[in-house]
Amino acid sequence: MNDAELKELERSIEWIMEIADGFGLDYFPMRYEVCPSDVIYTFGAYGMPTRFSHWSFGKAFHRLKLEYDFGLSRIYELVINSNPSYAFLLDGNTLLQNKTVCAHVLGHSDFFKNNIAFAQTSRDMVERMAANAERVRRYELEYGRQRVEQVLDAGIALQQHVDASWHADTVRRERMRRLCEDKWQRARPRTGPYDDLWQIGEENGWNGTDGQAKHGGDEAGADAYARRSAQRMLVPERDLMLFLIDYSRVLEEWERDILSLLREEMLYFWPQLETKIMNEGWATYWHLRIMREMDLTDAEAVDFAQMHAGVVLPSRTTINPYQLGLAIWEDIEKRWNDPTEEERERFGREPGQGRDKMFEVRETETDVSFLRNYLTKELIEDLDLYLYQKIGNEWKVVETDWEKVRDHLCASRVNGGIPVIWVADGDYHNNGELYLKHGYEGVELDLKHVEKTLPYVHRLWGRGCHLETVVDDRAVLFSYDGRRVQRKFL
Amino acid sequence: MAASQFTLSKEDWSLHRKGYQDQERHREKVKQAIKENLADLISDEGIIMSDGRQIVRIPIRSLEEYRFRYNFNKSKQAGTGKGDSQVGDVIASDGPPQPGQGQGAGNLPGVDYVEAEVALEDIEAELFSELTLPNLKPKSPDDVVARDIDFRDVRKTGLASNIDKKRTLLESLRRSQRESARQDGLNWRIRPDDLRYKTWEDVEEPDSQAVVLAMMDTSGSMGLFEKYCARTFFFWMTRFLRTKYETVQIRYIAHHTEAREVSEEHFFTRGESGGTICSSAYEYALTLIEKEYPPQRYNIYPIHFSDGDNLTSDNERCVRLVEKLCEQSQMFGYAEVNQYGRGSTLMNAFGKINHPYFRTVVIREKAGIYQALKAFFSVRDDTSRPA
Repeated sequence: MNDAELKELERSIEWIMEIADGFGLDYFPMRYEVCPSDVIYTFGAYGMPTRFSHWSFGKAFHRLKLEYDFGLSRIYELVINSNPSYAFLLDGNTLLQNKTVCAHVLGHSDFFKNNIAFAQTSRDMVERMAANAERVRRYELEYGRQRVEQVLDAGIALQQHVDASWHADTVRRERMRRLCEDKWQRARPRTGPYDDLWQIGEENGWNGTDGQAKHGGDEAGADAYARRSAQRMLVPERDLMLFLIDYSRVLEEWERDILSLLREEMLYFWPQLETKIMNEGWATYWHLRIMREMDLTDAEAVDFAQMHAGVVLPSRTTINPYQLGLAIWEDIEKRWNDPTEEERERFGREPGQGRDKMFEVRETETDVSFLRNYLTKELIEDLDLYLYQKIGNEWKVVETDWEKVRDHLCASRVNGGIPVIWVADGDYHNNGELYLKHGYEGVELDLKHVEKTLPYVHRLWGRGCHLETVVDDRAVLFSYDGRRVQRKFL
Repeated sequence: MAASQFTLSKEDWSLHRKGYQDQERHREKVKQAIKENLADLISDEGIIMSDGRQIVRIPIRSLEEYRFRYNFNKSKQAGTGKGDSQVGDVIASDGPPQPGQGQGAGNLPGVDYVEAEVALEDIEAELFSELTLPNLKPKSPDDVVARDIDFRDVRKTGLASNIDKKRTLLESLRRSQRESARQDGLNWRIRPDDLRYKTWEDVEEPDSQAVVLAMMDTSGSMGLFEKYCARTFFFWMTRFLRTKYETVQIRYIAHHTEAREVSEEHFFTRGESGGTICSSAYEYALTLIEKEYPPQRYNIYPIHFSDGDNLTSDNERCVRLVEKLCEQSQMFGYAEVNQYGRGSTLMNAFGKINHPYFRTVVIREKAGIYQALKAFFSVRDDTSRPA
């Protein structure tokens, strides 16, 4: 884009923002940056311009860049959930494409700012990730690239197993408090009149037994104590990363730190996994509405229509979140703007509430509930959604019934589409071994990957690791003892 | 109001190389993985049979990003049809669809189901970097040719086009610093005295007048596995020689009870039958050397593959002939494919030979082919030839 185009784009953005404000979008201040393609693809691969270095990002970058160079796919933009929001525009886009993109990212920014799932994400992640990257680099200098890479390899393999629910910390603290109380009471039943004196220890963080007083709050103290005591591990625990950080006996402090920063970054990205369809649909809905309000020339209008059609192009083999999301949002608007007789009577729904309802949904739902509540029979039939499966050498449609399709879509979005792994026991066999349990809900794990991932768990836990899952309706236990993986039916 | 809510900027990103750096690291890891798996890779049937297909699919373990994930092939997926999709419609056949495509950035990585693809060239580059023709000697003075020029010296005089800018600047800085210490004030200028020029030297390499005599037992006792090993070895050997040394000649000698020279294609594709008399091949090689490749002009490398199942009465003669061959060549290699570790009369007989240029290898499994290549085509601390 040359200077004249930049000027023009700047004028357009002012206009776009005016329109967006008119629609009631509530977004962060925007920082638009025009970048060449390899920089955009770098950010696409890393998820963030300032993230640490790892060969897997290089691999992703190479693949993305290759697809772009061959014209197979294209990233138009990249927007970062932060305050202010950074949006990176592709230098090779036409002026009109970049206008559309500017409108599109306003939708994303509004979503980041207002959706409940993002409420707890830190909005200064650009700087934090830069600091994290700097720490990783320092560890590389101090401990060698090889060692740091090994920890990163293992950590990245497990990084998706975090608990991002907004109340996770509260629940954990409460459980830890109760666990400590139980143990305490069992160890010293309160019978005498002076037993309340024992609680002095509790205030100091339960360190009376260590003979050294630790100050700094109930939870912090309890955590620190539990870390040293195998019996006080909080299980079951969904946050495998946190469990490893807290209880692993083999990790050095810097290794723990690397796991912590991986976990922190995953928690930041997590809401984006959980709202992919909503978020993309929302942004697409708004770029459509905003661009319609702009004065486009005939040629621009055709270009825009073509670009938009490309974005919402359905795919035979996967769900296009832009297309599905947009369809559901527009359907919500329609049904609340113009409710049927039945809806008016049964739900007391007044006509003309479309936009209000949409803003309410964008605040309170994530993909699972969004699909569950608003993906209707009519929509599924209109869009011709189906389920397919590999049968022999062919991929065939196996289900078109709308409820089954909807349920499957919901199920596939549970936990961001990532298997749930529980830590069931941190002292298995009374030998400090780790016992993991897959929360099986009908879809099997990729067994080859299980066998290759367990050694990573072992690298971080330092002792035998076990994973229980279900294969062909039978419970199976995979065990890795540091040398090889064994599997046995339970 | 809107104006204050955004900025639009275009900066110079040319120094942002992170993606390329990590891509380079990934490439390094691929190379390392190839290196570690070389023994398995080069004995892979897919490569030998690939017929010039330059890319082979191999599983490279360390590069896949393993994690606990769902089994893609065993679960249902959702898709969008064109309208009126019915149960039983075929969407795609064979190869899985590629998820994770479509526009939009997002941080959801595409599911990576692709096996690592490695170009044959990469495998070759790795393999050949470890191999070399042993004891190669310039055989006659006129064979020495200048191959290349190499900039490896810096002088104060030279061609203006060869000015070494960096060194010149450094030199000038150094000098002006020295001078400024003596006088006050820095007066930085490039003087003629600061100029540095790159100069080159001719790189002279002995033109390797070398010939490889590839001998293979094609008798009936050579089973599928034996032939496979021998052919794989010669396949890589030929490629290696052709890539690294342009003027190396290869002659193919097939033998059972008698030896004859065959074409390359014939050598690699045909099998024969009959008993085994190895000396026939050695004799043929000796005549070939006598007639066409005088040892004072050629580096000669006879290499023989057999299963060791030689006619017992012939062994004596073999030893004699091999000793003679060793005298005339730079290295004599004998590889025995012996899958079951049975006693081999020929190997026993060869045990007597004590010549620094004589090398033997026993191949018991496919991975042994790599060991054989390394054993024959490596520079050992051979003592100089006995007078």
